[in-house]
Amino acid sequence: MSEVLLAAEGMTRRFGGLLANHKVNIQLERGVLHALLGPNGAGKSTCINMLSGDLPPSEGTIRYKGEDITALTAYQRSRIGIGRSYQRTNIFPKFTVLENCRLAAQSRKPRPWSLLTNALRMPEAVERARAAINEAGLSGREDRVAGTMSHGEQRQLEIAMVLATDAEVLLLDEPLAGMGSEESAQMVTLLNRLKATRAILLVEHDMDAVFAVADRITVMVNGQVLESGSPEQIRNSPDVQAAYLGHEAEHE
Amino acid sequence: MNSRTSTIFKLAVLAGVLAFPAFGSDFYAEMVAKVLILAIFAMSLDLLVGFTGLVSFGHAAYFGIAAYAVALMTPKYDPANLWLALPASVLAAGLAAFVIGLFVLRTKGIYFIMVTLAFAQMAYYVFHDTPVGGGSDGIYLNFKPDAAIAGWAPFDLNEPLHLYYFVVAAMLAVYGLLKLVLRSPFGRVLVGIRSNEHRMLSLGYATFRYKLAAFTLAGALAGVAGFLYAVLFGFVTPEYLSWHKSGDVLLMVILGGMGNLAGAIAGAVALVGLQEIFTSVTKHWQLLMGLTIVAAVLFMPGGLTATPARILARINGGKTNE
Repeated sequence: MSEVLLAAEGMTRRFGGLLANHKVNIQLERGVLHALLGPNGAGKSTCINMLSGDLPPSEGTIRYKGEDITALTAYQRSRIGIGRSYQRTNIFPKFTVLENCRLAAQSRKPRPWSLLTNALRMPEAVERARAAINEAGLSGREDRVAGTMSHGEQRQLEIAMVLATDAEVLLLDEPLAGMGSEESAQMVTLLNRLKATRAILLVEHDMDAVFAVADRITVMVNGQVLESGSPEQIRNSPDVQAAYLGHEAEHE
Repeated sequence: MNSRTSTIFKLAVLAGVLAFPAFGSDFYAEMVAKVLILAIFAMSLDLLVGFTGLVSFGHAAYFGIAAYAVALMTPKYDPANLWLALPASVLAAGLAAFVIGLFVLRTKGIYFIMVTLAFAQMAYYVFHDTPVGGGSDGIYLNFKPDAAIAGWAPFDLNEPLHLYYFVVAAMLAVYGLLKLVLRSPFGRVLVGIRSNEHRMLSLGYATFRYKLAAFTLAGALAGVAGFLYAVLFGFVTPEYLSWHKSGDVLLMVILGGMGNLAGAIAGAVALVGLQEIFTSVTKHWQLLMGLTIVAAVLFMPGGLTATPARILARINGGKTNE
């Protein structure tokens, strides 16, 4: 069995009377790409927000490498190795690609007191940033101003920034949203490459992409886990077909 | 303006400032010193407004607290020691900013503007309505601080010329310090917070601590300005902490161009210059001032420092269209 990095148990979140997540259990293992599927409003975003620390859970425990991290805030979780990307592109639009990633890398050794250091020449951070840019497939675009790049490239930058923080757990919120087919294919290749050394949670709408890369799939409906298993199991599950496809039909 | 022209321009201005006392009268030398002090004040606020994205509307509080600190530390019939009074005043302003920062930095946007104003008003009324600092009359500073170190004085602030160059040196020191801060890892984080604080959190930065450090540093540097202002004019009044003063310094930052130290300096020059011109023309000078500021905001987005580049772009744009 592979190493479990992040595990949530009985994770629950209420918004007033609404149960956005109810007793969700989910495990992320190194080398495994775990996809989270579900119709709109199923609670996927709430789930990823609780895992990343953006939202405190009402109940339940979250463990990282066996330690209880439920009380840790978003920045503390980032410091220990949990990185996330956002559904709506969340970058520094006026900075260059390199500076976006350099700032992400600087967070590992922030050195706020060394006022005599020129931040742009911190070798470690710059190297890590360049490595992340290459890994995310953005080499050659280091000096582009992030906000002027195409939507697909900005999505790649989202990932590059998470990589620059050396995260071991990647929580990726719809990295394929709004991408063209060619860009999607590149991203799928990238995800396949990344999962070798990390644990990945992929929240995604694009079914084809999910079945192409996921090793494990969890399906959520109405804030609860409906089914969790291999892509084969999920594909053939009558429950999933009834619930998920039924919901999809309602939306259309 | 490319960086080389801009460097040459800055050096020319510095040479002008250094040579000024040889040509200008004492009255104008004092006015230049006043502008330089306000430039320090504006640069300190720009660290918050322009670089960290924190629009503080109560920055005069720290200016005033340091001014009162030196006045209260000066005995009635003796000068205070400069090397004690200056750090102590700056520390007092920084400490006040640290404590107030703990509260105000929990808010954002319009609420932040309101609570910074509220705390500054509280500080204003402490000096205005209690006997601590002589009430609404303020305090006279009978003696300028003494620069003696173990009996030997390298300069004498009672000499207008010495005081003038002391102010110039302080302005250069603050400018240099802020330049260093802004290029350091700490400074880059502040600019990141201004751009997207949420993402900075998710990248692992404890943004509250960075903002608190910036707020404290900005307060301390406003204290440098307040100290010098009190020493230059020889008295302090509660008006130093008033919201007019907070508004004036915010105007300097906006007029000069936010997020640009040279802009803050240009804004201080422009605001004091306009005040001088308008008060000599009419009693209703504030009306003219208001109109000028409205026009500046409308026609010079990005402030004074962005204007040369905009004009150049327009000229070049015109050429390529032919």
